[in-house]
Amino acid sequence: MTDLADLTVTGAAAGLRAGEFSSVDLLEAVHRRAAMTEANLHAYLSIDRDGAARAAVGADSAFKSNTDLGLLQGIPVALKDNMVTRGLETTCSSKILAGYLPPYDGTAVSRLREGGAVIFGKTNLDEFAMGSSTENSAYGPSRNPWDPERVPGGSSGGSAAAVAAGSALVGFGSDTGGSIRQPAALCGIVGMKPTYGLVSRYGLIAFASSLDQIGPLTRTVEDSVAALEVVGGYDPADSTSYPGDVPDYRAGLESGVAGLRVGVVSELNGEGIDPEVQAGVDQCIAGLEQAGASIVELSLPSIEYALSAYYLIAPAECSANLARFDGVRYGLRRRGETVEEMMSTTRADGFGPEVIRRILLGTYALSAGYYDAFYGQAQRVRTLIIQDFQAAYEQADVLVSPTSPTTAFQLGDRTQDPLSMYLSDVCTIPSNMSGDPAISVPIGLDGAGLPIGFQVMAPALGEPLMFRVAAEVERQAGFEARATHATSEVVT
Amino acid sequence: MTYEPVIGIETHVELTTESKMFCGCAVGFGAPPNTNVCPVCLGLPGALPVVNGRAVEFAMAIGLALNCSIAHQSVFSRKNYFYPDMPKNYQISQYDEPLCIGGYLDVQTGSETRRIGITRVHMEEDTGKSIHVGEGGRISAASHSLIDFNRAGVPLMEVVSEPDIRSAEEARAFVAELRGAVLRLGVSDAKLEEGSMRFDANVSLRPKGTEPFGTKVEVKNMNSLRSLQRALEHEIDRQAALLEAGDSVLQETRHWDEAAGTTLGMRSKEEAFDYRYFPEPDLVPVEVDDAWRDRVGEAIPELPAQARARYLEMGLDPTAAGLISRDVAFGAVFEDAVAAGGVSQTVANWLTGEVTALLRRSETPLASSPIDGAALAELSGMVDAGRLSASAAKDVLAGVVAGEGNPAEVARARDLVQVSDIAALEPIIDEVLAGNEEAVGKLRRGDDKVIGFLIGQVMRASGGKADPAVVRGIIKDRVS
Repeated sequence: MTDLADLTVTGAAAGLRAGEFSSVDLLEAVHRRAAMTEANLHAYLSIDRDGAARAAVGADSAFKSNTDLGLLQGIPVALKDNMVTRGLETTCSSKILAGYLPPYDGTAVSRLREGGAVIFGKTNLDEFAMGSSTENSAYGPSRNPWDPERVPGGSSGGSAAAVAAGSALVGFGSDTGGSIRQPAALCGIVGMKPTYGLVSRYGLIAFASSLDQIGPLTRTVEDSVAALEVVGGYDPADSTSYPGDVPDYRAGLESGVAGLRVGVVSELNGEGIDPEVQAGVDQCIAGLEQAGASIVELSLPSIEYALSAYYLIAPAECSANLARFDGVRYGLRRRGETVEEMMSTTRADGFGPEVIRRILLGTYALSAGYYDAFYGQAQRVRTLIIQDFQAAYEQADVLVSPTSPTTAFQLGDRTQDPLSMYLSDVCTIPSNMSGDPAISVPIGLDGAGLPIGFQVMAPALGEPLMFRVAAEVERQAGFEARATHATSEVVT
Repeated sequence: MTYEPVIGIETHVELTTESKMFCGCAVGFGAPPNTNVCPVCLGLPGALPVVNGRAVEFAMAIGLALNCSIAHQSVFSRKNYFYPDMPKNYQISQYDEPLCIGGYLDVQTGSETRRIGITRVHMEEDTGKSIHVGEGGRISAASHSLIDFNRAGVPLMEVVSEPDIRSAEEARAFVAELRGAVLRLGVSDAKLEEGSMRFDANVSLRPKGTEPFGTKVEVKNMNSLRSLQRALEHEIDRQAALLEAGDSVLQETRHWDEAAGTTLGMRSKEEAFDYRYFPEPDLVPVEVDDAWRDRVGEAIPELPAQARARYLEMGLDPTAAGLISRDVAFGAVFEDAVAAGGVSQTVANWLTGEVTALLRRSETPLASSPIDGAALAELSGMVDAGRLSASAAKDVLAGVVAGEGNPAEVARARDLVQVSDIAALEPIIDEVLAGNEEAVGKLRRGDDKVIGFLIGQVMRASGGKADPAVVRGIIKDRVS
């Protein structure tokens, strides 16, 4: 019999409703799995034993009284530790927030609780979501369940590793430049970034406000839909929230791709992509063509500058977003002779080197005399990228590419060279710049046995189309492999 | 050389909306510290701002009252600097795309009216308040500081004037006029002492008759109209003395010291902050369509300048028109009194003279005193009809303010109704004439000046109730 920890959300939801097992059973299975994997993976920063137990009991009693709160009722969920949880330590993997207990739940978290989800724990991330490997955590790196010598990707590496390893059935992360999709690709699971504004950012500790978006990490495309259905939709507490009705994500899941135009973005395929990854992606594209899609080669010339523009806009926003961590009201406080000294010592000691690097970059990009050349120019590039995407979507219904140029890399490989780390996100950043949805679907393993991710991008609010193509990719790839190394001997 | 001052004023006004600029917390003065707070106005991690539409309407009303055009789209920006009572270490403000642009305010000094340009009106949020615990409440001597975030996030509006003001007196009149408009709109209590209205002035001098601006100095910390005028007079003199001596003015911020009566340098602009403004990504632009703007515009009441013009047409002198138009309650009582038949200038004189003095003594605002339009009309009617002398009328007014009843009732109760009945007056007059033979003699010889003395004696003998005009007539009859 399948270990309950290996179930999909959809499968577990059916089992719970059929009375085959309880939410408490499911929670126990996940605890058992976490006990086996955590020493290796360090996916979690904290596990909320008591809260999860209460939620599971509550979900079971709701089932007993025939109350159906939705597909995540009774399902163990992992939350990236930049999602604010009332009374549950929320650190952003930073020393500066060690011990911080938020007095409120973010909107996505509230919707999960209202939907009966069992919040199992808070997962590791690159500090303040700045990174692509989860190595920039003040509490130590997470590791890849497929090979603990390798990174799980990042910044939502903890949630990705947990879902891949079975220490959660579904995880949530945030994606600012690929932080959901890239770790999903590296861990062999599905990760999606919704249209900007579809999921409320209220209660997501901001990295770069105009780019951040909460999204799910799941084992299947259908689970991704189920998770998005719970957290998505208008929230008056977030002024950038999309005010209209959410689209019907499920509508096309079974429809196949016949008649659809699939655009292959020349700038995101081929050059700079690991040949094994590209071969897997090409095979997938051929499969879509066989299934009746027409393949369109097209170019988005301005996305060559997306990475550079991103590394001005995101740091600029973060330099202001992270200014509030000053030791005055919460988190770490170092003593100083003056207020200024207290603030600067607190910040110097509380933030890690990558966070400091980006704050400095952003402060510089916004400085008098440099604003127009850096931040202003980056915003103009962003407009061009949006226009390029709009033009591309006149020729194609969806766009495809690899999610990450490589499969999971070794721990420590890129930590000394920030630029090589930044290049991990070259395929994912354009969708953050345009605000459009994108999803990574696992399509197979490379020669080293590491998962390859395939990215499907769609225009704003084009989630139904995106899920429809992703579901076809998933069916064709038939990716069933499970990460198994996680439970073997402890890596030291 | 004669120098001409060039002055521009930036005024901050706290808006009296029910809730804060970007969250639902209550706005109010005097609540226990840190009780009107939430994750948003405390700048807790993950919290996001949402624009208070009412605050936009208030700011729009001020913009329209100042003859500004309202931007169809305006943008909030982040103004970045570290300060412990500013929760996010950036202030959400408006920068290059403010809500209201390009208006003016007509300002009266003496009999002259000048048009002062308004560059812009924009919205922003207030900071918290630091309380330094220790000697003198100063940060340097404090053992520690406490922060009250009740004020953090309170809606603020900033009105920036063009450098059109040419004297300290005009600066004072500008702020007074602006304050009157804000009060009339009901968008702020505009209390200078409590800081719900605050202003900074940019001052420079140039040789009279020349165009280019001199080096400007920003003067801060003036918390009354009087201190604004004093500070600017001092600063103008200081700069004139520097220029006269061949020195140059340093571009800097200077702090007005009310007790010492001087301005002191705070920091020079060379080390000024770089605020690194950029558009606030947590908010979308504020969209104002014509219909919304027009709805706000139609709800704007008559403003002081308009009321003043109308009062001048009604025949009031400029001083009275200015005083009455600046205060909502005075304007209402004045208009009621005139509508009830009071003579406008007489009523105005009562209001700006005796009524103001009495209310100041009893520390009662006009609105909560028993003085109303009907009472004033009645009082001025009694004086005009000769039933009250001017001095008795003051007593009657005091009685009305003390709540003794309407003017007729007070006059009767205090036995102040003027006696103009000849039969009643003749015996008193005869007695006075008999007792002042010397004066009567002078009068007979044509020395008309002594008649005043005789009338005064009659007034005293009658307890102030005699109608002096009638008395004068009888004396003249008797003596001729």
